[in-house]
Amino acid sequence: MTAMSAMKISLGPVLYYWPRATLLDFYAQAAEWPVDSIYLGETVCSKRRALRTVEWIDLAREISKTGKQAVLSTLTLIEAESELSTLVRLCDNGDVLVEANDMGAVHLLSEKRLPFAMGPAINVYNTRSLHYLQRLGLIRWVAPMELPRITLAAILEEADDLGFGERFETEIFAFGHMPLAYSARCFTARANNLPKDGCEFECLKYPDGLAVYTQDDERLLTLNGIQTQSGDVLNLIPEWKDMQALGVQLLRISPQSQHMRAIIDHTHAALRQGALPDLSAFIEGAGCNGYWFGQAGHLQLGSQLRMP
Amino acid sequence: MELVAPAGNLPSLKAAIDNGADAVYIGMRNDTNARHFPGLNFEESNLAKAVFYAHVAGAKAFLAINTYPQPQGWARWQRAVEVADDAGFDALIVADLGVMEYAANRYPNLRLHLSVQASATNRHALGLYQQQFGIRRAVLPRVLSLEQVVWLAKHSPVDLEVFAFGSLCIMVEGRCQLSSYVTGKSPNLCGACSPAEFVDWRSTADGLESRLNGLLMDRFPAGTVAGYPVICKGRFRTADSVYHVLEEPTSLNTIELLPLLAKAGIKAIKIEGRQRGTAYVAQVTRIWRAALDALSTQADAFTVRHEWAESLAGISEGAHTTLGAYHRPWQ
Repeated sequence: MTAMSAMKISLGPVLYYWPRATLLDFYAQAAEWPVDSIYLGETVCSKRRALRTVEWIDLAREISKTGKQAVLSTLTLIEAESELSTLVRLCDNGDVLVEANDMGAVHLLSEKRLPFAMGPAINVYNTRSLHYLQRLGLIRWVAPMELPRITLAAILEEADDLGFGERFETEIFAFGHMPLAYSARCFTARANNLPKDGCEFECLKYPDGLAVYTQDDERLLTLNGIQTQSGDVLNLIPEWKDMQALGVQLLRISPQSQHMRAIIDHTHAALRQGALPDLSAFIEGAGCNGYWFGQAGHLQLGSQLRMP
Repeated sequence: MELVAPAGNLPSLKAAIDNGADAVYIGMRNDTNARHFPGLNFEESNLAKAVFYAHVAGAKAFLAINTYPQPQGWARWQRAVEVADDAGFDALIVADLGVMEYAANRYPNLRLHLSVQASATNRHALGLYQQQFGIRRAVLPRVLSLEQVVWLAKHSPVDLEVFAFGSLCIMVEGRCQLSSYVTGKSPNLCGACSPAEFVDWRSTADGLESRLNGLLMDRFPAGTVAGYPVICKGRFRTADSVYHVLEEPTSLNTIELLPLLAKAGIKAIKIEGRQRGTAYVAQVTRIWRAALDALSTQADAFTVRHEWAESLAGISEGAHTTLGAYHRPWQ
């Protein structure tokens, strides 16, 4: 990016299974928060139906009316034909931008010649891949969780050199438990000795996922249905100035059940004042940021590693 | 159905072909493939020899270039594609969009197979790779149920290859960053899961501990079999229970599904294990060759012979096998 633009805040899709009333209440509040983009939709498990597809689309339209950008996120692991039908309905919504989380979504959206955003579970590790997707209609991408700063910098620099750096936005998943893996198996059902086909919607019991510890009591992972997340909470918000200098336009904050208003407010205030927000009060444990520095993702590295 | 066998070096490649593989897949000795382990894989100068050995025997040779280059390393992936064309490989197994675009544009006659690392699990995803790059075959991630595989085989725009036997990734291949979360290295970033350099074994009063980059993966009381510490097969705690939170140490074995896979129109079955020894490759290939031959001569009367089942169980991780995601209740 040649011109440095103001850093925006996005609210990622709710990754957990929250009951319908909780979701509706959450988005009613979020519409009032100082965020620029709000992503909506079920990205993890097609059995979760707190809102029907048409209701997600309607909710997105309602949010658009408040002046914020609404984006509809697709399912990430798409296997069944019924899941493809839902995908088609989302892509055909008519006016709301779609975040593709699977190449099947990229295919449908590009065939319709619709611009699309792309989530962090699609593998883009180099400029050629990004350029290819940009020509298919990509206008925004969220970098993969494990992509190091040094690689992101190289990609954005090459994109400028190749003359397409102005044609897309870069978003970084900056706060929350990181989605790390997807499986056919439901680990939340397994933890409750239930089969996936008879899961009894156990995910509803865990609004922030189910914590996994090593046998010597270190927090390791978070189970969220078929998705496995980091045990530690990623906090890259303190790197926002460096990101801005690289050409990142959006910081994604991933919803959790507690403190969301405060996390957003603190971040927003810091961005406006050019300050470093202290979010430690809202994070259980030390947090983590290792991926950004090219290290193990669970590590929390000090500010001495920050770029000047 | 084509039998596709792994080879991590020339002796294994010969063993695979001599024991009846229809095709072998190999990788170069660098991070351009997803088995980037020390001492494994083929030097550039040996690739032509490998292809020659396969072709003389009437078999095919595939080169896996199935990791994701970062800008700093792009030259290695580009070189791999060029070398593969020179050496006369029958197909490249690819995962990255940039690599596919380069190969499809520069070498339009080079056959492309979509690697399992590209995580294509539905017909629209497969359709994108087919339309954009002319992919001819795709290897399916080990997450689909048999019913889904059968349905997809009917509606896929490309031929399908499925995993038949070997280590079981329970996460969608190409979509798992557990290894880098703990170690900083992952299949997508550098072609290896839970690299050996991060593994540490410690004898303690509670038994043998396996650690990955310092984090405790499991404890094994004396007399129990200790498995390699990959995160997805570790034993951890949720609430008050300590158990294999993600998966037990076990291997995939689909030999009993062979008639159904054949009937579904699956084009090829793949044996996992380029990192395994020559004896393993020889034994597994021999058994699967025998099974496929039995299937082609007596399709309706196919049964899994006791000696096949016993041998396969004996060389499996944890000495247990499973149908994995093919079998819906496993999920």
